[in-house]
Amino acid sequence: MKPTNIAAPDYFHKVVDCQWACPAHTPVPEYIRLIAQGRYSDAYMINWKSNVFPGILGRTCDRPCEPACRRGRVEETPVAICRLKRVAADFKDDITQRLPRPSAKNGKRVAFVGGGPASLTVARDLAPLGYHCTVFDGDPEAGGMMRSQIPKFRLPNSVIDEETGYILNLGVDFKGGHRIDSMKALLAEKYDAIFVGSGAPRGRELDIPGRKEAAANIHIGIEWLANVSFGHTDKIGKRVIVLGGGNTAMDCCRTARRLGGEKVTVVVRSGFEEMKASPWEKEDAIHEDIPILNYMVPIEFKHVAGKLIGVTFQHVKAELDAKGRRNLVPSGDPDQTIPCDDVLVAVGQENAFPWIEQDCGIEFDKWHMPKVDPKTFVSTNPKVFFGGDAAFGPKNIIWAVAQGHDAALSIHKMLSGEDITERPLPEVHVSSQKMGIHEWSYDNDISNDKRFKVPHRDKVIALKDIRTEVELGYDVKLALGEAHRCLNCDVQTVFSTSLCIECDACVDICPMDCITFTENGEEADLRQRLKAPSLHPDQDLYVSSDLKTGRVMVKDEDVCLHCGLCAERCPTGAWDMQKYLIEMTQAGSTCPTKSRSAA
Amino acid sequence: MTYIAKPKFHHPGLKKNELGYTHRDYEGKISTLCAGCGHDSITASIIEACYELSIEPHRVAKISGIGCSSKTPDYFLGNSHGFNSVHGRMPSVLTGANLANRELIYLGVSGDGDSASIGFGQFAHSIRRGVNMTYIVENNGVYGLTKGQFSATADRGSKSKKGVTNTDNAIDLVAIALQLGATFVARSFSGDKTQLVPLIAAAIGHKGASFIDVISPCIAFNNHAGSTKSFDYVREHNDAVNRLDVLVGRDPIAVDYAPGTVQVVEQHDGSRIALRKIDADYDPHDRLGAQTFLAKHAAKGQIVTGLLYVDPDAEDLHSHLNTVQTPLNTLEADTLCPGSAALDKFNASLR
Repeated sequence: MKPTNIAAPDYFHKVVDCQWACPAHTPVPEYIRLIAQGRYSDAYMINWKSNVFPGILGRTCDRPCEPACRRGRVEETPVAICRLKRVAADFKDDITQRLPRPSAKNGKRVAFVGGGPASLTVARDLAPLGYHCTVFDGDPEAGGMMRSQIPKFRLPNSVIDEETGYILNLGVDFKGGHRIDSMKALLAEKYDAIFVGSGAPRGRELDIPGRKEAAANIHIGIEWLANVSFGHTDKIGKRVIVLGGGNTAMDCCRTARRLGGEKVTVVVRSGFEEMKASPWEKEDAIHEDIPILNYMVPIEFKHVAGKLIGVTFQHVKAELDAKGRRNLVPSGDPDQTIPCDDVLVAVGQENAFPWIEQDCGIEFDKWHMPKVDPKTFVSTNPKVFFGGDAAFGPKNIIWAVAQGHDAALSIHKMLSGEDITERPLPEVHVSSQKMGIHEWSYDNDISNDKRFKVPHRDKVIALKDIRTEVELGYDVKLALGEAHRCLNCDVQTVFSTSLCIECDACVDICPMDCITFTENGEEADLRQRLKAPSLHPDQDLYVSSDLKTGRVMVKDEDVCLHCGLCAERCPTGAWDMQKYLIEMTQAGSTCPTKSRSAA
Repeated sequence: MTYIAKPKFHHPGLKKNELGYTHRDYEGKISTLCAGCGHDSITASIIEACYELSIEPHRVAKISGIGCSSKTPDYFLGNSHGFNSVHGRMPSVLTGANLANRELIYLGVSGDGDSASIGFGQFAHSIRRGVNMTYIVENNGVYGLTKGQFSATADRGSKSKKGVTNTDNAIDLVAIALQLGATFVARSFSGDKTQLVPLIAAAIGHKGASFIDVISPCIAFNNHAGSTKSFDYVREHNDAVNRLDVLVGRDPIAVDYAPGTVQVVEQHDGSRIALRKIDADYDPHDRLGAQTFLAKHAAKGQIVTGLLYVDPDAEDLHSHLNTVQTPLNTLEADTLCPGSAALDKFNASLR
């Protein structure tokens, strides 16, 4: 193998598994260290810069970082990254002084369709640069699906108000209750750029017999949740069936439990394991006495005199066909009818752009989705950009944020007369953490603690009021314990070939047997000759150039604890622990500047 | 040394030996020696050898004297018996322990000061008597704990860190061990674990006095130009006569060696050593030949390493003395002290 080029920004970025997995590339270990130091406001600001909604995401994020967390490969469970983010939001001081100030307007106007996470991210990036941002939303208040679809017992309004407020206070003009129903009309208003962040607002239908006849008691999940959210709906029948296995279904069933649903059942077509809902959301639903029945396909809504009385299901099983594809086929068991008073249909969401006219210069593909460049987020109309669920279909908030940053950069470049396809490289800082012979400016002692549970409110109290938040969040002590579980993967092991005397001290001390000195070879061959088996070929090997004896140093990055013992035991300083901080390029940060960072 | 304890976590794919232990289970406390010390590599090699042999830690007694080397038993086999004796007195403590309980595996860990200076006599007599043990000298040619004076194994003409030339002749412990009748004699280098680990494993399997001289660079005081015990010097002058694999159990020997290059040595404990010859003329069963070979190569400045001599039919001190098979601590009081009638009978036999 060729010597690893550690100067390439991606190499060390990949080692920080959580940050690499996060669509917005939030510097996770950096803010967790600050939480451990009690510097909650600093931790919050790092998050705010990167993911815009720390308090909201700290409660609702789909957490792509946690399955990636290295700790999950070392012991059973990853670090509770998401809930530590909430800790930063919960315990911070007033941070308004740290926010950007509304700046003098540069005369350029940008319109936003929809006031959800994607639009607000773009507005946050653009407003401080002087753009006049006008956000249109059909709902009276900003937040989009974060406000309308996520139940208040998971995400209180106060958190949404606070974090959307930080953005609107940057001088963003929010036009609530103003639904855009014609792109043509909007274009005619001569905005310099338009960003479409209108989400995936339409719940998918379930067209089976009885749908029309029993319509009064069959509700589309996201619409029903929005009605609950805005107070239009405040009760439901005692027996409720929720159809669907995603996070919306989980929100539906838990909301139903709080509005009078005594016997709420979730029914999914495929297996329990295959459900799209996050594991913790399933757990929370089950904890609230909601059974989840699987391998049952709804085939008919039963009704008597226009009143729904139940849903009939066919039992199925999963089979692999000749091509190895998984199919659901009838299992042969007799059909089953489950009696109920109401049904909530949460079988998916769709995009809908009836308001974009054919002749706006915006082309659509055969799935009726706008043609959007996945890097720049520009549509076929160079002035119109898309992001969030509106661009590539339903995903999570953190994706909308990540896409918003990229779209904002494109808009800024376009309006500065630059080529939007040229994307500036991220800014990378690498600095040694050595403070003494065996002292480091980070806590390298590895905690053996298991993952700490987030305290929940008592179930009896939680189920009584739909606005009572279920999760209480970590207290300071639990947060400190959980923060110590972080392995500081951003403090990198950096090897200097010229200093190494091949004494084997690092090999002997490494608790994870990550380091091997051996003859060089092709990657597949080298992976066979490591001191401990290579379990994850997607994790890189760090290979040095040739050493004095002709061998090379090979380090399997997979389960390195970043404990720094290799560097402590190295007599010549050939190993050093260096903190790697990558700042993704956002609008306005095109020229790398010397930025202040927490040590 | 380090302030933090070595983390408990280990690689999830670590292999386990027959006892269900990983090599991490054979570790001791974290080393307090200087960073990069060759002794730590010897520690790691002992851990590896014991792991590979699936030795139950409670069946091992590790005994040492004084010095950097003699601190190391604290860093391996944390669940074994240990005795940190007076300077240079490891061999007599080990001999005594061995006589009292012949069923344990004895690891004597010593250094060049402990064995070639203050304990030279003790070293000689334990080898001469054929005590069943693995005697490891961690040889760095320097008194590290007292800031780098030449030790008795420092080569004449080699330079100290301050530039002083050594005018005394060196003691070659391997040559002495051969001359004193050690039945397993080897030399190795801390920086070459592929050679050292099987040597330790083979020595443990040998019934009789096994002696291994391990050159172990002192990173603080003897790893400079002009030293003959530095990483660079040893790597440049290392002349390995053979490489070996230790085979436990009855598995057939892998046949990917060229015919005639592998020599199999049966050990007392049923294990076998497969010796891969590097020097075709070298015969590890020829004590006299080995002595000559060593002397010739030493004169040329070469450091001969590998398994230098082994007597597969060796006997140990217990068979010479015809001692009881049972460890003394499991004998009943009336057997250990049979009473005045037995004493009278014994005295009568001497009259």
